[in-house]
Amino acid sequence: MLLAEQALNGLQYGMMLFLMAAGLTLVFGVMGLINLAHGSLYMAGAFACAAVAAATGSFWLGLAASLVAAAAAGALVEIAVIRRLYARDHLDQVLATFALILVFSEGTRWLFGSFPLYLTLPPSLSGAVMLPGGLHYPLFRLVIIGFGAAVALGLWWLIARTRLGIRIRAGEADREMIGALGVDIARLYTIVFALGAALAGFAGALVGTIQSVQVGMGEPVLILAFVVVVIGGIGSIKGAFVGALLVGMTDTLGKALLPGLLSRMWDAASANTVGASLASVLIYVLMAVVLILRPQGLFGAGAGR
Amino acid sequence: MKLKRLLIGGAAAIALAGAAGAEPVKVGMITTLSGGGAGLGVDTRDGFLLALKNAGEAGQQVELVIEDDQQKPDVAVQIADKMIQSDQVDVLTGIVWSNLAMAVVPAAVAQDKFYLSTNAAPSQLAGAGCHPKYFSVSYQNDNLHEAAGAHATDAGIGKVFIMAPNYPAGQDSLAGFKRYYKGEVVSEVYTQVGQTDYAGEIAQIRASDADAVFFFLPGGMGIAFMKQYAESGVGKPLIGPAFSFSQDILPAVGDAALGVKNTAQWSKDLENQPNAAFVETFQAEYGRLPSLYAAQAYDTANLLLSAMAKADLDDADAFRAALAQADFPSVRGKFRFGPNQHPIQDYYVREVVREGDVLTNKIIGPAMADHGDAYAEQCKM
Amino acid sequence: MTLNRDTVVNLAILALLVATAIGAHVLGNGFTVTLATKAAIFGLAGVGLNLALGYGGLISFGHAAFFGIGGYVTGILASHAAAGTPVATLPFTVMGSNEMLGIWPMAMLAAGLAALVIGALSLRTWGVYFIMVTLAFAQMLYYFAISWPRYGGEDGLSFYVRNSFPGLNTFAPIQYFAICTTLLAVALVFTAVVTQSRFGLALQAARQNSQRTVALGIRPYAIRLTAFVLSGMIVGLAGSLYADLNRFVSPAMLSWHMSGEIMVFVILGGVGRLCGPVAGAALFILLEHVLGGVSDYWQALLGLLLLAIVLFAPGGLIGILTQRRRHA
Repeated sequence: MLLAEQALNGLQYGMMLFLMAAGLTLVFGVMGLINLAHGSLYMAGAFACAAVAAATGSFWLGLAASLVAAAAAGALVEIAVIRRLYARDHLDQVLATFALILVFSEGTRWLFGSFPLYLTLPPSLSGAVMLPGGLHYPLFRLVIIGFGAAVALGLWWLIARTRLGIRIRAGEADREMIGALGVDIARLYTIVFALGAALAGFAGALVGTIQSVQVGMGEPVLILAFVVVVIGGIGSIKGAFVGALLVGMTDTLGKALLPGLLSRMWDAASANTVGASLASVLIYVLMAVVLILRPQGLFGAGAGR
Repeated sequence: MKLKRLLIGGAAAIALAGAAGAEPVKVGMITTLSGGGAGLGVDTRDGFLLALKNAGEAGQQVELVIEDDQQKPDVAVQIADKMIQSDQVDVLTGIVWSNLAMAVVPAAVAQDKFYLSTNAAPSQLAGAGCHPKYFSVSYQNDNLHEAAGAHATDAGIGKVFIMAPNYPAGQDSLAGFKRYYKGEVVSEVYTQVGQTDYAGEIAQIRASDADAVFFFLPGGMGIAFMKQYAESGVGKPLIGPAFSFSQDILPAVGDAALGVKNTAQWSKDLENQPNAAFVETFQAEYGRLPSLYAAQAYDTANLLLSAMAKADLDDADAFRAALAQADFPSVRGKFRFGPNQHPIQDYYVREVVREGDVLTNKIIGPAMADHGDAYAEQCKM
Repeated sequence: MTLNRDTVVNLAILALLVATAIGAHVLGNGFTVTLATKAAIFGLAGVGLNLALGYGGLISFGHAAFFGIGGYVTGILASHAAAGTPVATLPFTVMGSNEMLGIWPMAMLAAGLAALVIGALSLRTWGVYFIMVTLAFAQMLYYFAISWPRYGGEDGLSFYVRNSFPGLNTFAPIQYFAICTTLLAVALVFTAVVTQSRFGLALQAARQNSQRTVALGIRPYAIRLTAFVLSGMIVGLAGSLYADLNRFVSPAMLSWHMSGEIMVFVILGGVGRLCGPVAGAALFILLEHVLGGVSDYWQALLGLLLLAIVLFAPGGLIGILTQRRRHA
């Protein structure tokens, strides 16, 4: 029973990571851009959701606002800064997006103040539900799993079945070619970037609802999303999905099971601290193992660019 | 640096120097004013400034230099070096975080500066590492956890689940709780520092047969845990130290915090005259309710002013003796220093309640009276 | 390659740094000497990273790992020396030390070993993967340092007294500055020699065209790994000096912000230029100091300024001074 609940937790955590990693991997894949400021867009989504929900009293309007605000922020940043970076090497991209983090974080603090913001669930989504088998589980975590699955399906449909998807795939395969075919690359890139930003903002709003809305909230998640993208393979939505679930499960189950396993060898107190220390590095060990076996990631095409 | 330097007084202070009978005292405040932890530093600064303002002319004798440590220990060390070498301050104060205090305080007092702690008070500085020039005006780090343990015992809670982040302050926290808790600890869990998803821990709480949960999760960690716990439908009562229920955090937690018991040495509804004046003027000045950190900084400034009125800083021994008397109107009502220059004071159990539109704390009873700390015996001075 | 513009600018930057410190010392402004020392140490870290990043094209976002390891080795040895206890008794007894001359090789050795392991794994990848993998390894060490209680965990480790150097009073700011600047100069000469050597040329060739290098019979992996280890060792030395500057080490030295900052020094000054990191570090510290006085939100201003430099002055400070870009 406890194990089943922990598995659900791992699944939910994985879905959340997928929302972050999907945008990151899309932008890598199509534009060859490394975007450290992706976590800032996640934060922007959460703050927009909290501000709108507080002003209107409606969580759903807040959620919609998170999508709109993050997409708008993404498009704005793409047009003002990011598009000048595509032709540059990764080094300039890292520095510029590192600078964007500073601007976003302190700008948000200037707008919203230094204290965490309030964001909570509407009554219709709060509380726990009884699952088959008698397991009580928070409804909203199930909703996040649902949203994650829906976004995964939607992205698959978008990329496999629509004109935009064809262009995105063409862009991943050969950037010069699609320009020659008369596709407006500048617009395509703005759309892709805004789409990735909207997904990150959406994730921020969902997570902010059950965690906390504060400056700097995006940074730990960003690093985890990197790990997911590396494990899954750059540019692969499928890889991001599998990688996210793998990381989510490893982290959750590692934290839940390791201290127990270690307590068979040591006394409870040191097993707890050592177990917690080991659990916190477990996903990085996972990443190292994947890289030794498959340097291009599980579903990577092999082009790190 | 000029714009950030708040010269309170200046020429006017020198003209008035005769009034209080002493030279102006130069105070260096190192606190966190940027980044995610800035809320605590802002309240520390504002509480301190308010005390100086409320003191009128006496407050103008304090020349305050404020610098932002960015919550980075190496930056704090460098600011301390600068304040000591270039600004030549007499007194240092303001650090919020224990790891920053450990980096700054031992070196500062070794260079003959007074350090008055507005918050952080790690065990190392209370025991063998105590120092005649170091005063903690807040508490000793273990105190609020000890009070929570005492409260859990008094409330007849037989089995408890305890949880803290896996770092020194977290380990001290659980040790402090267990020091005064007489029941059974069914599970002891260390979480990751900065962790924001507690689904796994909540599942363990649900599966355990504990009657209550004690947790220490400062800042965003606590906000995340309480919201998720409220959603989970696990109804076991929560107990914690005041840090996760402080006025700076409560608005972000929302109703999920309602009814939670927490322990503190101060509360805004503590009935004494200085406290009433403090809460009223703080609200008037800054338009928000004061937090625990603001109250501690307010007391620190008043302690400093009381010593300045009694002794000259040039006579370090007399000044130290004047500080140790703690002869100031504390917002906590009762306040005195123990032999290791950490507070001996009362601790209260508070409950999170809704007053109109705002969430705040209400005292529901005493937790510990005239409580010192566990390290005083190891302090040889 | 006589006295060209680059060399003049390089020497001018060093002279300016030294002049600032000496001037401040004469005026009795100890804190400015400390700031100049910090610039020299960060410059040294940047010089180390530049070897891998500028000359080798290895964009490591995890050099804080080596910076932190150097710092922790220093802190651990010094704290054991103060307590009089051995650091380890198995497989052989290692005693603590408070002699810089003994600590530096240990710090560099430990950082070099870590760089060997991290590099051997990370160099199996390339491009964006490499950036993220090095970042993740540094994060792993960071979380380990926070949760490992033996040496202070998140609280860090203080050692109160700066380690000693024969014949000098390391506690005097100007003397410690002299030590750090001398090491910086040594590292600069070392870098200049290495990059002009057969090894250095092969490294730069591997950056520009991997296939052709292979065709010439050079194994890029071994060359890059060597550069990565050398780079890690220099950064480890910088970490050791930084620990001594503050007499304190903490996991913050291992954080990804630190990695980012070291990278900023290199890029701010000019990638692949000998003295670029020194100019970058000095400029960064100056900005931090000046902007910090302007507003509580100074980090946003710093961000905007960095953005402007990346977008409009891609050659960095030295690029502006010498009026040309080294490589696109």
